[in-house]
Amino acid sequence: MGSSTSLVPKSVTAAINAHGFGYFGCPHTFGQVGYRLKRTEQYIRVKPDNSSVVTDGVKHSMNPFCEIAVEEAVKLKEKKLIKEVVAVSCGPQQVQETIRTALAMGADRGIHVEVTGKDYETLGPLQVSKIMAALAKKEEAQLVILGKQAIDDDCNQTGQMTAALLDWPQGTFASELSLEGDKIKVVREIDGGLETIKINTPAVVTADLRLNTPRYATLPNIMKAKKKKIANVKPADLGVDITSRLEVLRVDEPPQRQAGMKVETVDDLVGKLKEAGMV
Amino acid sequence: PQLTLSSSVNSPIRVPGCRGLSQLAELPDTHQLLRQTCRDYADRELNPIAARLDKEHSYPAKQIQELGAMGVMAIEVPEELGGAGMDYLAYSLAMEEISRGCASTGVVVSVNNSLYIGPILKFGSEEQKQQWITPFTTGEKVGCFALSEPGNGSDAGAASTTARQDGDEWVLNGTKAWITNSWDASATVVFATTDKKLKHKGISAFLVPMPHPGLSLGKKEDKLGIKASSTANIILEDCRVPLGNMLGPRGAGFKIAMQTLDSGRIGIAAQALGIAQASLDCAADYAHKRTAFGSPIGKLQAIQFKLADMAVAIESARLLTWKASLLRDAKKPFTKEAAMAKLAASEAATFCSHQAIQVLGGMGYVADMPAERHYRDARITEIYEGTSEIQRLVIAGQLLKEYQS
Repeated sequence: MGSSTSLVPKSVTAAINAHGFGYFGCPHTFGQVGYRLKRTEQYIRVKPDNSSVVTDGVKHSMNPFCEIAVEEAVKLKEKKLIKEVVAVSCGPQQVQETIRTALAMGADRGIHVEVTGKDYETLGPLQVSKIMAALAKKEEAQLVILGKQAIDDDCNQTGQMTAALLDWPQGTFASELSLEGDKIKVVREIDGGLETIKINTPAVVTADLRLNTPRYATLPNIMKAKKKKIANVKPADLGVDITSRLEVLRVDEPPQRQAGMKVETVDDLVGKLKEAGMV
Repeated sequence: PQLTLSSSVNSPIRVPGCRGLSQLAELPDTHQLLRQTCRDYADRELNPIAARLDKEHSYPAKQIQELGAMGVMAIEVPEELGGAGMDYLAYSLAMEEISRGCASTGVVVSVNNSLYIGPILKFGSEEQKQQWITPFTTGEKVGCFALSEPGNGSDAGAASTTARQDGDEWVLNGTKAWITNSWDASATVVFATTDKKLKHKGISAFLVPMPHPGLSLGKKEDKLGIKASSTANIILEDCRVPLGNMLGPRGAGFKIAMQTLDSGRIGIAAQALGIAQASLDCAADYAHKRTAFGSPIGKLQAIQFKLADMAVAIESARLLTWKASLLRDAKKPFTKEAAMAKLAASEAATFCSHQAIQVLGGMGYVADMPAERHYRDARITEIYEGTSEIQRLVIAGQLLKEYQS
């Protein structure tokens, strides 16, 4: 309801943990909640100088694929297959809200990696995956779960880069996840259908849409989340250099959809297509 | 003669011993998260089905169960009894967001929380709480509150439903009217008199399971709004319950009812806020899109004034509702504030939904847009749980007491 679109703060969460597995992370990024896309014509606006999108005053919320990642982690914990779930997010003060939501869904503790201002604007998958890799090592995580991509930039890179930096196996686009001994079986959604792989732990998994249906936080858990700890770290504390290697030259809105035209006969249609240089 | 004001008249918004003005300006983190969670639920699960529920008069059983799982059906109930263990401010926030998605679902939630669980939590024995509250926290079972009768609504003291003792049982006889949730409930709090001569002091409260021999339901009322919640008469014909089913002391029924309604008013105020806010959302959205005379109608002063008036009505009623909740949470007297909240919010709901239709013009009159449903849903908020006229009497009564020297 309401007129503002929903954007998500750029951040990544990683989970880590003892005995077995820990985990999850969700990249948060700017994007629109699917519901709004369907219902309204209000889109994210590009700044007048075409440098980026307007984020001031726009509501942010957890990236949907991240919600799925959190849910999967909490489910694993409920099945007693993992001991602890840690939620990680990178960004300014506001991401604490998102971490709290994860805590209310059942994560045990949070880590807020503080990135603000210009650094935050240029924070991309490479920087985030470096942070995730550093944290995964520091916390001795056995499993890192992230959303497959963030709905603002649609990069679909952070999970893969994190695995590469750690030299860990990766199970991306997971629509099913199960633990078999010290291996993880992942059913992946691929272009041709479904692919099942078994990977060693420690590993990185990225969550796809059909992995699960995220729960709503229950009121008692919202109360309990208040007492759970969120630690604060800076990228420098982890020895990570977050300077961007990319420079965004320009952001433009998609072209306005033009009206179509009706033609009387097939010949007319072919004629118009030829005129437009399409055939 | 000089008018002397008692100290409470000048009492600041700051409520000693609790959180105070800052809470009205910015909610605590937990409450913000709760509000967002309920809003997300309402947007995703209630809003898309509200029109269908209204059209088909169908009870949202699945949604009530989901809300139960979230803890919304028993917000104030302590965790040991199966509830969410939160406060009335949380309840007001949850109620507003739920009602913004679907007003019918909102009233089911409100009646369960305030009118059914409320009195049992306050006046019930430990055993009664276990038996009559815990199963009603999950959304699988809901309760109802049977006070009004065909012969008396506002005049609650004139109850004619009787309870007579027969051995180790109470035998109840009479008819209760306008009972929300009746067709979907598994238990009810019934008010009956054991001695008509004592007038309102002869009324007691009883817990009756549903279904139960001797208890039958009248036809479902075909209402103007909140159609997805069932409303019907409850008919008691030699309905027998054990002596242990009396709630609270004998003769305390009227007091129990009045105190219960004080809190229930906060819930209904929140429901009205949800309806009012949904109307404003609808109108403001339309004002951006609809063009007339070459521009969006939101550029026209006539429309702007309407939207501004709607926003002011809602925000003031909302602050009153939060204040009443904060007072109750701090265990301070809140009767006057609760009545003010309910009065302000229900009148805001009828005003906003009326103006929303006006902003939408012809589109406001058809079922394609939710404005007409909000208009129909809003109307009852000025009537149930104390009519606007009764609220004025309550407020005036409290006010005049404050001015007494």
